Amino acid sequence: MLYRQFKNKLFFWTVCLFSFLAVLPLVLILGYLLWQGVSALNWQFFTRLPQPLGEAGGGIANAIIGTGVLLSIAFALAVPWGLLAGIYLAENRRTGLADFARWCVEILQGMPSVVLGVVLYAWLVRPFRSFSALSGGAALGLMMLPVIVRTTEETFKMIPPALKEAALALGVPYYRTILRVLLPAGLSGIINGVLLSLARVVGETAPLLFTAFGSPFLSVNLFQPIESIPHLIFYYAASPYAQWHQLAWCASLVLVLGVLVLNLSAKLLSRRWRVRF
Amino acid sequence: MLHGISLRNKEKIFQQLINKAALLIVILLVLFFLTLLWQALPAVWHNGWRFLTGAVWDAAAEQYGALPLLYGTLLTSLLALLLTLPFALALALFLGEFFPYGLLSSALRAAVELLAGIPSVVYGFWAVFALVPLIRRLEIALGVVPLGVGVLAAVLVLTIMIIPYAASVAAEVIQLAPQDIREAAYALGATRYEVLRRVVLPAAFSGIFAGVLLAFGRAFGETMAVTMVIGNSNKIPASLFDTGNTMASIIANELAEATSPLYVASLVEIGLLLFLVSAALNLAGKYIIRRFSREI
Repeated sequence: MLYRQFKNKLFFWTVCLFSFLAVLPLVLILGYLLWQGVSALNWQFFTRLPQPLGEAGGGIANAIIGTGVLLSIAFALAVPWGLLAGIYLAENRRTGLADFARWCVEILQGMPSVVLGVVLYAWLVRPFRSFSALSGGAALGLMMLPVIVRTTEETFKMIPPALKEAALALGVPYYRTILRVLLPAGLSGIINGVLLSLARVVGETAPLLFTAFGSPFLSVNLFQPIESIPHLIFYYAASPYAQWHQLAWCASLVLVLGVLVLNLSAKLLSRRWRVRF
Repeated sequence: MLHGISLRNKEKIFQQLINKAALLIVILLVLFFLTLLWQALPAVWHNGWRFLTGAVWDAAAEQYGALPLLYGTLLTSLLALLLTLPFALALALFLGEFFPYGLLSSALRAAVELLAGIPSVVYGFWAVFALVPLIRRLEIALGVVPLGVGVLAAVLVLTIMIIPYAASVAAEVIQLAPQDIREAAYALGATRYEVLRRVVLPAAFSGIFAGVLLAFGRAFGETMAVTMVIGNSNKIPASLFDTGNTMASIIANELAEATSPLYVASLVEIGLLLFLVSAALNLAGKYIIRRFSREI
């Protein structure tokens, strides 16, 4: 009996130990980022362009604006498409097309991001013979798409059917029922999904390597290469210069904070705006 | 703009719109596959089976044997998976069984979420500067060539990265395990350990397996963190401390600089292989999860 109780205790403490060991890297990584990055964090970092080597100061304004441009393109591509497809999947649960589309969404969600980069490279980079912001944004958009489709579908499924039936019984046309009744009712879930999908792609580097590529200049031209925060981290991390490493640490810190803010606001928004049924 | 359109037409347009949006996703996936296949076709003809069996990847000699990359990918992701298992299981039991609610549990849950959210390039950067020097010290102590970068570094980073995925799926299915059989086991006088070991874990096995499969898919296709620490040499690594390369990482490294059409095609062929394997892993994982939740 004692032996069995001892084994029980031992198991419990092993589970606790391994659980904390599993999240220990988070503490180490965040600590390291703060230690290395926070000293270079100042106003210039956000507003200036990278300086030539040897000159002090400089910032990553081009990468911040570039990431903004890429995310806007991705947003414009993925949100309308994902919403409409998600509505279709929620409204047509058992059609053949819905089943196929669900499979495709699952494949798309698990696809290695570097493969997306290869495809977009073949579609938008090679034919135009130039890396471009457009191709990078499209790659990120296609990464956002499955998340938005899934959350839209899940949200619509959670809305009680009585709401839809009541609207239809009052003679509201079908499309208005969807857009004016169901969509507002599920808004918090959908915004939640969009924010989570943005958090998923904001740090993506692999698909940008041969689509948006990167550029040392401030650019908003959609048909030219553009810098992004994750690509800048990759590029600077591989360089041998301490000054660039410093910038990359700082950029990493900003990026992780950005992901954190997106995740947190998704949580807060969905809690605050939740419509209870 | 829509004022001139009759109600019936608006209805039709809306139906068409959502229909086409779903159809377009299917078309997109088919086009993905066809594009990869079409672009890889010259390499498939040229390489033949040597693509899977050849051990030499040399663009200058037009030899494209992907065996070292296949081996590197399987080695790193399988080892990472093995290392992940105890940690992910422990986390899942902690969050799903011992402390499902409360401050400690929400703190740990938030930490796991954040671990899943850290971009892979940041993982790689951290590993280069924090993990690699540690490994180098270990290698000096062991008397092997102190490269630092190599398979071991890649495995460790991958492990840290995939723990959250495996753990969150496993925690969910452990919570789903039926309450009545647990209570029956307690009533028979089993300790908590015995209940978990003999009742809950077997009941949740297929769900946990699915989570492991999904985590394996992640590790399999992970690019940036691996490419930064594995050393990128296209040979079969001789030991854990040797350098190597993976399929995803070679694409990231060489595609932008690939010049000859055959070189590009061979890299795309690797991409095609990645696409097919990850699709199979994902569909299998999701299928098992769906069957599991129907059983419960």
